[in-house]
Amino acid sequence: MNLISDALSWIFAAEQWQGDGGLAALLGQHLLFTVLAVLIAGVIAIPAGWAIGHTGKGREIAVGIAGIARAVPSFGLLILLVLLLGVLHKPEAALLTFVVLAIPSLLAGAYTGFEAIDRKTIDAARAVGMTEWQILFKVEIPLGLALLVGGIRSAVLQVVATVTVAAYVNLGGLGLPIITGLNLRRFDMVLGGALMVAALALVLDLAFAMAQKAAVPRGLGARTKKKFHYTDDQITLEREMS
Amino acid sequence: MNWILENLGLIGSLSLEHLRQSVIAIVLGFAASIPLGWVAWKYKLLRGPVVSLTGLLYTIPSLALLMILPVLTGMSAISEANLILALAIYAVAIMVRSVVDGLNSVDPATRSAATAMGYGTARRFFAVDLPLAGPVVLAGLRVTAVSTISLATVGILVGVTNLGYLFTNGLQRRIIEEVLAGIIAVAAIALLVDLLLLLAGRWLMPWTTASTLKRRTPAPKSTEQAAS
Repeated sequence: MNLISDALSWIFAAEQWQGDGGLAALLGQHLLFTVLAVLIAGVIAIPAGWAIGHTGKGREIAVGIAGIARAVPSFGLLILLVLLLGVLHKPEAALLTFVVLAIPSLLAGAYTGFEAIDRKTIDAARAVGMTEWQILFKVEIPLGLALLVGGIRSAVLQVVATVTVAAYVNLGGLGLPIITGLNLRRFDMVLGGALMVAALALVLDLAFAMAQKAAVPRGLGARTKKKFHYTDDQITLEREMS
Repeated sequence: MNWILENLGLIGSLSLEHLRQSVIAIVLGFAASIPLGWVAWKYKLLRGPVVSLTGLLYTIPSLALLMILPVLTGMSAISEANLILALAIYAVAIMVRSVVDGLNSVDPATRSAATAMGYGTARRFFAVDLPLAGPVVLAGLRVTAVSTISLATVGILVGVTNLGYLFTNGLQRRIIEEVLAGIIAVAAIALLVDLLLLLAGRWLMPWTTASTLKRRTPAPKSTEQAAS
């Protein structure tokens, strides 16, 4: 347990947090990459997922893309893109990798959210004279929101994990102390970095779990509510199973 | 293409290493998930904590887990055993929930019928519950297998050689083909194992017929046992 206390004193040393390579800067880089990647992926994948969920078309294609995407190692994709785009465009290459990584979860979150809605509700909306756009914005999007937040949660966690690996191509982030520490054989640094990344992932997971609960519309009864409390890997399974 | 043709032997031997490490991890994770999932399913009080704690393990980034585990186990961070253990932990994180869901999907009437016919607890579990939970468990196992094989490449960052070697070596030597060969090999192994699991499932569980496969509307969780 000595290693743990060494790592903790490394994390809590004031000088660790200052300067260009300080923990504050690394944490900022890590979060910036994550937020940017999930935002870009969301702009692409969420409308596409909504279109699939609303029309019921193209689902097989989305499932196929997700299946192949899971088989591709993101660490390998990152290095391939760095080589293809050239070392000068390393941040762009990394961002592109993270976007590709985030798309399947967001897509699945968007369309499974629509599919989980009782068809009767949508028929009722149509029967009271709502247009397709009204059904989309007033019925489907609010009711599908909790599962979409679940998809965002899973995308964020995957990207956070992969940004850690990106330190290998000198992109900074919280993986940097792990990679540098391994080379220097400074295990307090390695473990300190690892604990920071794990803590960041757990905090984000907790925040999204709460957001997911908050995203369930008030009108939903306790019985239907249960169906909307999905977590990240449930979405993955859902995707695989259906 | 030249690099790939000249190094087929290397790609082949790394692929075997990669497959061996992944398969051990998948089998270990699967073997641990069955009793864990059973306990969580049987004792309702434990279900919440077991399912959410194992699920939480999945959120820890791999590179971090690879560094934290040695402190707890006393193993060397750069050993193959450490990588396999980390991968097995991720496998458990995905599988436990599928085992619980699978056991939940078994019709209670079937279970009562087995009891009425004189099946003891253990025999009923292996002869009735587990086979009927099979399709849902298999769906989880397939997700686990594919993600384990893809994730194993991170092992090279802590010095465990597998197909991830083609990524780091390819970057150092700036050989795009080498990195591409690595990605294709990993994806091919993952999809091949996935296909083998699917076929094994059809062979072991012939009752998974077209009617259960075609169930597309998202029914309540308990009835959704279609495994494509």
